[in-house]
Amino acid sequence: MKIHDSLELATRNLRESFLRNSLTTLGIAVGVASLVAMLSLGIGLQQLANRRLTRSGLFDTVIVTSKRDFDFDHRHGRREPNAAQSRTLDPAAVKEMSVIKNVVEATPDVRFMTEVRYDNNPSVAGVSGLAPSAAQSEAFDNLKGKFFSTPDASEAIVLADFAKELDPQNPAGVLGKDLTVIYAERQPISDAAGNDSDSADWGFTVTRREQKLRIVGIVQEQPYGGFRGMGHSSVFIPIQLADKLNVMQGADLRGITRSSPASRNYNSISVRVDDPARVQAVEDKIKGMGFATFSLLDATRNMRRFFAVLDAFLGIFGSLALAVASLGIVNTLVMAILERRREIGIMKAIGASDRDVRRLFFAEAGAMGVVGGALGVTLGWAIGRAINFGTNVYLTRQQLPTEHVWVVPWWLVIGAVAFSVIVTLLSGLYPASRATKLDPIQALRYE
Amino acid sequence: MTPTDVNSTAIRVRNLNRHYTMGATTIRAVDGIDLDIAGGEFLALLGSSGSGKSTLLNLIAGLDRPTSGSVVVKARDLARLSSEELARYRRETVEIVFQAFNLIPSMTVLENVELPMRFAEVERRQRDDRAKEALDRVKLGSRLQHRPVELSGGEQQRVALARALVNRPSVLLADEPTGNLDSKTGEDILTLIRELNESLKMTVVMVTHERHLAERFAQRIVFMADGKLAIPVAAQESAR
Repeated sequence: MKIHDSLELATRNLRESFLRNSLTTLGIAVGVASLVAMLSLGIGLQQLANRRLTRSGLFDTVIVTSKRDFDFDHRHGRREPNAAQSRTLDPAAVKEMSVIKNVVEATPDVRFMTEVRYDNNPSVAGVSGLAPSAAQSEAFDNLKGKFFSTPDASEAIVLADFAKELDPQNPAGVLGKDLTVIYAERQPISDAAGNDSDSADWGFTVTRREQKLRIVGIVQEQPYGGFRGMGHSSVFIPIQLADKLNVMQGADLRGITRSSPASRNYNSISVRVDDPARVQAVEDKIKGMGFATFSLLDATRNMRRFFAVLDAFLGIFGSLALAVASLGIVNTLVMAILERRREIGIMKAIGASDRDVRRLFFAEAGAMGVVGGALGVTLGWAIGRAINFGTNVYLTRQQLPTEHVWVVPWWLVIGAVAFSVIVTLLSGLYPASRATKLDPIQALRYE
Repeated sequence: MTPTDVNSTAIRVRNLNRHYTMGATTIRAVDGIDLDIAGGEFLALLGSSGSGKSTLLNLIAGLDRPTSGSVVVKARDLARLSSEELARYRRETVEIVFQAFNLIPSMTVLENVELPMRFAEVERRQRDDRAKEALDRVKLGSRLQHRPVELSGGEQQRVALARALVNRPSVLLADEPTGNLDSKTGEDILTLIRELNESLKMTVVMVTHERHLAERFAQRIVFMADGKLAIPVAAQESAR
């Protein structure tokens, strides 16, 4: 018998005892729904955690330092280039790192303590350059005002505590006001020929400068929790502006002993990777370029393991319902055999082979699996939507931002339907073999 | 239809035994039967109930396997065929009609008749044509979409006959085909079977316990009792 004929006969058989087969199919649907619900909850939570961690900027970032400056990570005895082979952290290095595969951006860490004036009152503050991608950081979820208009705008975002310091009466009033940063600019001294490089004696002058900044935003907490060499800064300015200011840095004093005098020299460089999973590869590549690196990779690795276990648990719980449903299929099909003894006998007598009979029962089981699977995915998705809705109502009431804790990826949809078909076919094994073994003479004995 | 050489042996039964064990006793339903059935012959197996005639028919139909001995149809010993080959034999070489008609109640007349062709993997379009042709032959061309329960007994048996014809078998087996019918309808069915026997040159083996019908329609009558053949009687060959 051809497959489409088996399917056609199977469908008509299923329609014959519609109620019973519908209930069985519904059982499968509930099983699949619980599986989908459990797994999509697991996936949703994993994505939520991933997103949080990614946005925290802690786990997708490699901090690059130079061994010439200091050994950031000597405890682990990693195989890193020694000081002699190590390269300096100059703009060329930044450019080189930013084109590595999977790197989103590479930015120098610019940070300095200096004096700022607000309304002619001086105070001391840490100033940090902030990359454009920082706008996605969690810290800016509750940003008052707005983020920098351009990567080199003369604008500043201040920490809420610092705003209070600037204007104790009305901290929010600093928005839109001007802030003056007074800093020391470093300018290389050219040699007599006008070449500022490759001469044995060189140096730089330090000049006092002022930079006016418009305060555009107030942020509650330190972006990246103060990680990424940001220290405890209170004033944040666009990274390109910070770089352009050419502020005298601690590393410059060490840099003066080196052979490439003209180049800028950073304390560290932050390299952002598109996926925490690829941090290791990027880190290795940067090490190969002759730098020292540091990342919080191990933390993400543990998180992944945790979620793999969580998903497995949720999957097992979800599968239990499907296992129960598959017993329902066995029951339904065995009943169908008892009911259709005579019919099976007739089919055998007029030329159905054992294979035809087996295929017919498989097709019936499979059809229930497909319909049950599709129904179950829909049901699971609906349950997910409902719980998502409930969660968000709760979160809103707690004055927290809403979250997507429920994610049903397409592979889960296909996988769940396929799984339910496989389970139903396995459930059909026993009834099908029983139907196959039916003796047509016994079945047709006149009643 | 598969042309059959009239008078050459279509079915050869040799020392055929079919024994059942029930507890300690052995029932010899078929007990050492030798029988040759010629191609195109209309043979009636006559006997009382329990004589083993239905068991013999089932063995010829390939529905049952002998305890020993052989049934050779078209040079193939059924005892040696695999179950898959037996199913093929049942689809292509023999078809059977029963006392209880054995139509599938959930299917229409047309679907019932089509069913053997599904197993034989006949193309859908051909299936339809052949089923209608067979139903025309049994004069039920107008009842295609009816369910078996909506038909009279005689009509149901005619559907069963049409179903037996569609795969164009060379042997038609009939197990008490008139047992559930009144005598007038029974005669109509047998007239139809004889027509098929004559026009299509089908070999017919019919099991019955109604002697007068056997004598009227069959070419040869074989009596069975206690699993053995008893006094074979040449039928009225001369009358035909």
